[in-house]
Amino acid sequence: MQHGKYRFIVGFLALPLGLYALFVVWPFIQSIYYSFTDWTGLSPEFKMVGLDNYRRMLDDEIFWKSLQHSLIFALVLPLVTISLALFFSFMINVGGRKRRGGPVVTGVRGSSFYKIVYFFPQVLSIAIVALLFAFAYNPDSGAINSILRGIGLGSVQPLWLGDPSLALWAVMAVLVWSTVGFFVVLFSAGMASIPADLYEAALLDGAGRASTFFRITLPLLWDTVQSGWVYMGILALGAESFAVVQIMTTGPGGPDYSTTVMVLYVYQKAFRDGQAAYATTIGVALLVVTLAFAALVMRLGRRERLEY
Amino acid sequence: MGSTSAENSNNGSAGVGRRDLIKRSAALGLISVPTMSFLSACASSGGDDSGDKAKAGKKTAKNPLAVNDTAQMEFVLFDGGFGKEYAEDAVKIYETNFPKAKVKFSATQKIQSTLQPRFNQGTPPDLIDNSGAEQMDMGVLVGKNQLADLTPLLDAPSYDDPNKKVRDTLRPGIVEMGQFDGDPVWIMYYAYTVYGVWYSQKALDSLDEQYPETWDQMLAVCEKAKKKGMAGWTYAGKYPYYIPFSLYPMIAKVGGVEVLDAIDNLEPNAWKNPAVKACFDAYYELYKKGYVLKGTPGLDHIQSQTAWAQGKALFIPNGSWVENESANVIPKDFDLAVSAPTGIDSSDKMPFGTIWASGGEPFIVPAKAKNTAGGMEQLRIMLSEASSKNFTSKVKSLTAYNGGTDGITLTPGLKSGVAALEKAGDNVVNPRLQDWYVQLQKEQIGVAGLGEMMAGRLTPAEAIKKIQGFADAAAKDSSIKHYKHQ
Repeated sequence: MQHGKYRFIVGFLALPLGLYALFVVWPFIQSIYYSFTDWTGLSPEFKMVGLDNYRRMLDDEIFWKSLQHSLIFALVLPLVTISLALFFSFMINVGGRKRRGGPVVTGVRGSSFYKIVYFFPQVLSIAIVALLFAFAYNPDSGAINSILRGIGLGSVQPLWLGDPSLALWAVMAVLVWSTVGFFVVLFSAGMASIPADLYEAALLDGAGRASTFFRITLPLLWDTVQSGWVYMGILALGAESFAVVQIMTTGPGGPDYSTTVMVLYVYQKAFRDGQAAYATTIGVALLVVTLAFAALVMRLGRRERLEY
Repeated sequence: MGSTSAENSNNGSAGVGRRDLIKRSAALGLISVPTMSFLSACASSGGDDSGDKAKAGKKTAKNPLAVNDTAQMEFVLFDGGFGKEYAEDAVKIYETNFPKAKVKFSATQKIQSTLQPRFNQGTPPDLIDNSGAEQMDMGVLVGKNQLADLTPLLDAPSYDDPNKKVRDTLRPGIVEMGQFDGDPVWIMYYAYTVYGVWYSQKALDSLDEQYPETWDQMLAVCEKAKKKGMAGWTYAGKYPYYIPFSLYPMIAKVGGVEVLDAIDNLEPNAWKNPAVKACFDAYYELYKKGYVLKGTPGLDHIQSQTAWAQGKALFIPNGSWVENESANVIPKDFDLAVSAPTGIDSSDKMPFGTIWASGGEPFIVPAKAKNTAGGMEQLRIMLSEASSKNFTSKVKSLTAYNGGTDGITLTPGLKSGVAALEKAGDNVVNPRLQDWYVQLQKEQIGVAGLGEMMAGRLTPAEAIKKIQGFADAAAKDSSIKHYKHQ
């Protein structure tokens, strides 16, 4: 039965592979090709310029700033989001005290309500979330400073998005707010598949919440956490960071370039400055960063898998 | 079963390991490196520009540009603060004049995303209002020979008077603004914008003050306002490149127009001129003395305009579009007024009244358009007295057509703008940084320089040093085209 197996497989794979090559691989190759030209994006004419764009990129102070911000996004955002999500989903699913007559493993009181609350931001498009928070951060009439005034902290009125040392963090907080719910649901699903008797055994042995979490939940959830980490990192390097930075910190990416990220810089060079070739060069750099990030997380996260 | 790692699981056992799944989802995620594939998708080999141009029509007195009266004309308008009604009215006139011609008119806010692919394919429309946040870079378009020279239009007889060229009916400076290097005129600016310090005459009256002419008077007015619980100034903190609307003409007033020209020409040490320092110091004093509305650096243009219209601040640097843009937040009895910027004192090189006014709403005719004559004819119609009046009465802004305000009731802001222009006489300056070097003007000088200074995070001396550094870098940057005042 082995003969013809490969022909069979190839027959099935030809079409999807062809589509993949045409719509995914080919554009990548094209972009890399354009990064060696002086294409403006506003006229069909261009010529090869060799490594000029790359040389320029290495001397470009704003590029380095945007790289730095993108790296902060890729490292801090997953860390904060996933830690929070792990904590929340643990409390929702496992962290509750045993109640009389109830199951042994249970979440804190009102956990089904919290689940909905956490997930709620997910139904809003990132553009709406960004706009909402842009209003909330308004130093004059925004919600946050109004609350500060309301509780007697009228002297603390940060400029938020107008302050170069706060703007990046303010933007990241919005992304955490809007994505943490997704991971709560993801991790909740993962925890649901962990057998309850493991927890029962741990509880009988007198394990507290913290050791239950670190000895049982986290190790058994590790694969989910790792894929969540990669997913979040790619979001933070790509689409989501672009949306919030573009919408919230209007202008060139915050005061004094404090929130410029790589995707935003690609966009500005291509669609504002008429330097599409240079934009593809930064795009190539972004590709390298993203690949390196994914490879690093895979490498560092490698560990023995437990089966149950 | 014990434990097994993903590496072991692929011998024999079918299915996809979780690790593989992660790897694949990572690969898929990479597709979202968003612009790369999109950028490539819009690059093309490009059509050649010969062939399908519309044939020239017959040149007559009524048709001096020899428009082919059966050819299609396509017009894409930026649908912004001025709306689209004025252009639709002008299109109707074109259709009446050439009943056999088909006109394709569309209005969009997304100029660049709509038109960039068409420039790349070599099939752009015949007339474009290249404006708004998605304005295509004019320097690049000119540098890549994508624009038609509008000289035939300027030398054609005007729509109203066959003995007058279009060129002679325009406000001073309009033609020069459309030039980059040498004679060809690439851009026709249709609107005419007055920049300056905008305020409520009523609020000023309530303080028993006149508009201040020297900086000491300015500080006194602000002090008085502060005592009444009103800030002296606000500005678009997230877009601090609005500050130059009053700051640049002030620099010209203090140090002479050569200072601004040197800045535009990116001459070494242009920003180190003492006049620049004096004006920066003056503005910085507004911050130091607490005359700037609290929280201003975090406001965008709409928010700052709203705060100003609500009477939280007295003055705001802005352009004449503010009257239309803020129409629904400006109270009825606001009595909107504009003034030329306040100077330092009587030793200033230019008189009080020196103001920045220049063309706005840039219209272009692409070189590769099929019906360039049609595009220019549409512009000629728009530059007639009737169309100009129609624009002014509908959107409260002047046009490039010199005059055209008789017989229509002017709104307070517009009236004050006309008066300011009259008072300025020849002392109208036109700094070019914002159309020659967009990034330098907006991001670097505006946000990174002036914005930081007005938020109190840079001293004037530091701001000047930083801005001079940006200007020097721009002068050296071979990827941008450089211009000089003629």
